[in-house]
Amino acid sequence: MSGIPHDHYEPKTKGEKWLNSRLPILGLIYDTIMIPTPKNLNWWWIWGIVLAFCLALQIVTGIVLVMHYTPHVDLAFASVEHIMRNVNGGYMLRYLHANGASLFFVAVYIHIFRGLFYGSYKAPREVTWIIGMLIYLCMMGTAFMGYVLPWGQMSFWGATVITGLFGAIPFVGDAIQTWLLGGPAVDNATLNRFFSLHYLLPFVIAALVIVHIWAFHTTGNNNPTGVEVRRTSKAEAEKDTLPFWPYFVIKDLFALAVVLVVFWAIVGFMPNYLGHPDNYIEANPLVTPAHIVPEWYFLPFYAILRAFTGEVWVVQFASFITGGIIDAKFFGVLAMFGAILAMALAPWLDTSSVRSGKYRPMFKWWFLLLVVDFFALMWLGAMPAEEPYATFALIGSAYWFAYFFVILPILGVIEKPEPQPETIEEDFNAHYGKADANATPAE
Amino acid sequence: MFKKLAIGAAFAIALAPAAVSAAGGGEQHIEDFEFSFEGPFGTWDQNQLQRGLQIYTEVCAACHGLKYVPLRDLKALGYSEEEVIAYAAGNFEVFDPELDDFRPAIPTDHFPANDGVGAPDLSLMAKARAGFHGPYGLGINQLVKGMGGAEYIASLLDGYTGKEKEEAGTILYENTAFPGGWISMAPPLSDDQVEFADGHEATVESMSQDVAAFLMWTAEPKMMDRKKAGFVGVLFLTVLSVLLYLVNKRLWAPVKGKKSA
Repeated sequence: MSGIPHDHYEPKTKGEKWLNSRLPILGLIYDTIMIPTPKNLNWWWIWGIVLAFCLALQIVTGIVLVMHYTPHVDLAFASVEHIMRNVNGGYMLRYLHANGASLFFVAVYIHIFRGLFYGSYKAPREVTWIIGMLIYLCMMGTAFMGYVLPWGQMSFWGATVITGLFGAIPFVGDAIQTWLLGGPAVDNATLNRFFSLHYLLPFVIAALVIVHIWAFHTTGNNNPTGVEVRRTSKAEAEKDTLPFWPYFVIKDLFALAVVLVVFWAIVGFMPNYLGHPDNYIEANPLVTPAHIVPEWYFLPFYAILRAFTGEVWVVQFASFITGGIIDAKFFGVLAMFGAILAMALAPWLDTSSVRSGKYRPMFKWWFLLLVVDFFALMWLGAMPAEEPYATFALIGSAYWFAYFFVILPILGVIEKPEPQPETIEEDFNAHYGKADANATPAE
Repeated sequence: MFKKLAIGAAFAIALAPAAVSAAGGGEQHIEDFEFSFEGPFGTWDQNQLQRGLQIYTEVCAACHGLKYVPLRDLKALGYSEEEVIAYAAGNFEVFDPELDDFRPAIPTDHFPANDGVGAPDLSLMAKARAGFHGPYGLGINQLVKGMGGAEYIASLLDGYTGKEKEEAGTILYENTAFPGGWISMAPPLSDDQVEFADGHEATVESMSQDVAAFLMWTAEPKMMDRKKAGFVGVLFLTVLSVLLYLVNKRLWAPVKGKKSA
């Protein structure tokens, strides 16, 4: 095994030796949880465990919900009410599952922005980053289809609007849309295929998560300094790292418990805070809600989708040179997916030789602006598509693309990075002081 | 400086839903009534729910159904088994496909649906209207104020100005709580329309709140169980957090050593 040198599993008992020579599963588990982890990881590194917890929570609550749910346009809404009223603890299952999706996205956004700030996407961790982006895409698909299942007004009209995006693809759009929906409009066939895929995709995510972990266990974790662990010898590596178990398992579990206090309070005391009231009205193809608004975690990209109207010169230009093939609607769709693609391309767009944003005096400010931009777009996505919001959304969208395609490449050339610590050990000791071998546990 | 801004950004994260909630609103006026079930420790006022049921039965049920609510759930309002049986049989008839005819309702039936005049079903109305809360209301905190749907219903029932107009053959009534200001439902309540067994006052304002509270119950009958589960869970997880904090501190203490300032 490549990576950071550390002790490997040695079967000791007869039984372990027997198993190990046939299936080295214990060694795999040992090496996975004992992986040397940079000891200077800060609290931004705890969201991975929160994400793992979310995936487990969603799968467990989801499997039980499926036992009581009926995927049929005439019965779905009533079966959800059956869960809320008659199933033992059903109201908790459903609220945990619905709010669990929100926690999932809170965690994934913090996790992604942590990666963007500390340069976790840079070589040699590009594959980890790409797998992560695929997980994020699968999460969006799963969440979108899950929201359709209760068959409320927002479920139905959300599904209509989002599948309509595929209809914007030139020439084949209508055919693709019909194929996705299983008919000319959102109906029973749509509900059933979304139900099937909503059950399938979490297991695809679980598989991708394993590859994600495999990838960063090969390269080793990034850390707040961005400086690599010394790996010429085991003795040196041990100065920079601590085994994942117990040090980071306990630290992460503590953080998870704190996050769950807030999560549980929301589920117990305000479970509908992040939902939309219209989804308590059964789907009705004849009545369009006044505002069709996606869930909060889609809002930034929804804002980008809507920002590019036919009045924007870039859109008019694109339409002109493609002879009208790229119209405003298709441009918006391209922009939305492009915004996610831009993130995925970050490893090749960032030209700086310094990994961590901590030592990049100019990058810091542009990154902070990106975070502000993200929240601004989230807010604008919930606003009606009119002035002045439309102009703000256009500026916000422009900055999103500028950050990845202009600022990241240029900064690496013009920025003078600040001095970085030589080693992780040096950074750790600067924060916490040198550990005294003879010291009693500090208070 | 950067750290301070980062903390500012963290605050922005925390407040984002509140900011998002600034959308919508309009000229509607929703009165912020104080309901007993608001907040993490709020509970139902059982007498109020019983009054609300009586108002629903005598007034609203003429046009509105409660099709998702099983009649047996009325025991949660403090009625005995016999009282529920009598209430069901005395007030509702349901269609029984086995008899191919109507028969008096029994507790295992639901309140009947009622789409005779096209009035919406009220089972979930208290959750289907934003009132002034939630991400798309005015953002008053749901944690302490509840969802606001009950406030919307009470404000609507108490929001008639007395003006009416005719539009395309329909009479519309001016209402300060209804989006757009004109509603096709005639004012359903009038003072002393319902006589309560305990002699409780029956003004339009008090009855509006009673029936709104009842409809909050029909929309979220397990609210008290949920808050209990929330309280126990938060308590347990808080204790767990403290324990894990102490374990973590002790685990890392020898590694961290003392900071040489």
